[in-house]
Amino acid sequence: MSAAPETVSGPLITADGIPLKESLQKSLRRSKIRAALLVAPPLLFLIFLFVIPIGNMLTRSVDDKLINQVLPNTFEAFESWDKVSEPDESMFEAIYQDLKAADKTDIGKASVRMNYAKPGWRSLIKRTARRIKKMEPPYKEAFLKADDRWTDNEYWLSLGIMKDKRTLGYYLNAVDRTYDFDKNVIHVDEERKVYNLLWWRTIQVSIIVTLACLLLAYPVAYLLATLPMRIANLLMICVLMPFWTSLLVRIVAWMIMLQQNGVVNDTLVAAGILSDENRLAMMYNFNGTVIVMTQILLPFMILPIFSVMKTIPPSYMKAAQNLGATPTLAFIRVYMPQTIPGIGAGCILVFIVAIGYYITPELVGGKDGRLIGNMVAYHMQRSLNWGLAAAMGTILLIVILIFYWIYDKIIGIDNMKMG
Amino acid sequence: MSNDDHLVRFVDIQKSYDGESLVVKNLNLDVAKGEFLTMLGPSGSGKTTCLMMLAGFEPATHGEIYLNENPINRVPPHKRGIGMVFQNYALFPHMTVAENLAFPLEVRHMDKSEREQRVKRALDMVQLGAFGDRRPAQLSGGQAQRVAVARSLVFDPDLVLMDEPLGALDKNLREQMQYEIKHIHENLGLTVVYVTHDQSEALTMSNRIAVFDDGIIQQCAPPEVLYEQPENAFCANFIGENNRLLGNVVEDLGDTVKVEIDGDAGTVVAKKVNVEGVGSRSTLSLRPERVTVNPEAGTLPNVFSGKAEELIYLGDHIRTRFTVCGHDDFIVKIPNSAVHAHLKEGDTVNIGWNAEDCRALDPSD
Repeated sequence: MSAAPETVSGPLITADGIPLKESLQKSLRRSKIRAALLVAPPLLFLIFLFVIPIGNMLTRSVDDKLINQVLPNTFEAFESWDKVSEPDESMFEAIYQDLKAADKTDIGKASVRMNYAKPGWRSLIKRTARRIKKMEPPYKEAFLKADDRWTDNEYWLSLGIMKDKRTLGYYLNAVDRTYDFDKNVIHVDEERKVYNLLWWRTIQVSIIVTLACLLLAYPVAYLLATLPMRIANLLMICVLMPFWTSLLVRIVAWMIMLQQNGVVNDTLVAAGILSDENRLAMMYNFNGTVIVMTQILLPFMILPIFSVMKTIPPSYMKAAQNLGATPTLAFIRVYMPQTIPGIGAGCILVFIVAIGYYITPELVGGKDGRLIGNMVAYHMQRSLNWGLAAAMGTILLIVILIFYWIYDKIIGIDNMKMG
Repeated sequence: MSNDDHLVRFVDIQKSYDGESLVVKNLNLDVAKGEFLTMLGPSGSGKTTCLMMLAGFEPATHGEIYLNENPINRVPPHKRGIGMVFQNYALFPHMTVAENLAFPLEVRHMDKSEREQRVKRALDMVQLGAFGDRRPAQLSGGQAQRVAVARSLVFDPDLVLMDEPLGALDKNLREQMQYEIKHIHENLGLTVVYVTHDQSEALTMSNRIAVFDDGIIQQCAPPEVLYEQPENAFCANFIGENNRLLGNVVEDLGDTVKVEIDGDAGTVVAKKVNVEGVGSRSTLSLRPERVTVNPEAGTLPNVFSGKAEELIYLGDHIRTRFTVCGHDDFIVKIPNSAVHAHLKEGDTVNIGWNAEDCRALDPSD
């Protein structure tokens, strides 16, 4: 070795005169590139299958562009209308121009959207569009001939709700509210209220299922963590077995168990606990949803709690007893507080999965065991009101984030142990 | 010693985990009040099991343990009132240091002011007065160790058990803690039962050491007795450095015996300690520092010529490995003084020792 390097002020340089920073970066470049390449596939996967769809959902839930593209003249004429008098010829001419120019499928989509603002729009547009080619001025007369509902000012007034390119209407619908024609937020009619009840029930079911899972999982996890290896492994297989069975098979098994003439009811009747006419209704209702979801989500609670318990040395319990605490007190004061990270992780996992659950309530929920997830599916598949489905999905996401935030405040996300 | 002076008595204790083999075989041991007793032995020798039985975490398969002359086999751990320092300290991670110390007082329903006072006193005792608000994870190994000691003492137990408490510390800290624990023991007049596999730790701290092997106490004696007068080959080997020579007893001279070393390598006169009689096998035990190099002729009964194989310079002495009587692992500690001629590797010199210093013990393995 030559003499020790001189202390220099200013940027450090290596022996051959390249700045030290540059040299360091160069030497690390290869490993950085390799790391980036390894991360790339999952990152792309995440972007295409998670970030983009969620972004799409968020935009869709507020998007109201289409109608403005299909009926530009109509909205222009609407702006100059005094909203009181009967619509005049110029307005009918505007809508005639729009319907004539627009693509047929776009008109169909737009009419569906208009129907949400004022029921009846869809059939009105459909009937009118059919005759649009033969129409001649004066258009007001021609329109009224096609359908006399055109004189009803409510249809025209409802355009006011739709004139903006963005709308919060879907979110309002998702919580049983809507706009009146002046864009004030109002409650929907009593007989059309469905969603608030469902939201409340969804939260209720999720909380009950989470607590039930916690109560059932805690002792099992404790056994798994403390029993001798051989027995614990056997028990672990029993816990994981449901994971290896199809979800549908498990639900059908529960149907056999819980139905009116199912195993549970038959046993209770045979044992004389229930009379034949008082068989319990455990399925196609709230109870069915809770029972089956608890069973299905149980492993999600057991595994995080178990993994935390596994790391707690038995010496803590011994120390607590040695210091004078009864075994029960030692368990409550010393053991349980140390399992909180596992309890937190399990609860948040089960709650998040439960709040968006769909298949189980669909099959065993019946009428009063349905959750908001079923409504999202309904609007995606049947009514094709994707805007509303997207708004519900977004609200679900927000609810989950709120619970996540509460968890972080109480327990701290750094403490979470998933397994 | 009368029975009144005994704090702990193990009477005919046997322990088996699987019903097939005994981990502790017929243990009888008394611990006097104020004594620092160390259970020393290799791992698997049953010493920790004994401690766990005393603390109440393992039931004795046979026999009875007495604490203050009361049988405690059926007393659960939390009612025994014995302090304990665990191997990994077992400080509760979700509580602060002060909360850890207050825990035993809290479960005894002590009122708050008294509790705080005692916690403060215990922390001051281990020089950690300012650390009450820290979490165990924020402590260094030595600090955690002190907190563990303070916690085991805060409720004023008569008896404190320590299960290899210094095992996780580095050498310097370990030595420092040995003195601290010893001083606490002396100042408070505690009775301590200490488990370790580190013989120097045992020699430093104890009033008495019980050497465990194979579930049996091989010898239970004060450190100096154990080192200078081991009763069997295991103790001689386990405590301190030791030269072993194997042979047959050829003549019984009363206090001493003549032993012919295997391979016709010569006959040694040794103190008769633990041999059957003429014709039986024996292990001779000789401490390296009791061997003299180049003894004056006629002063020592045992003189042999040895070839220096290896010299290691250790400052105050030179550790030399000789080939003597056919054994090439004969260690001699030569004091580093002007009196002694300096050896070189390969030199052949006379070495000798007293019959008193060479103990004829049982034939081990």
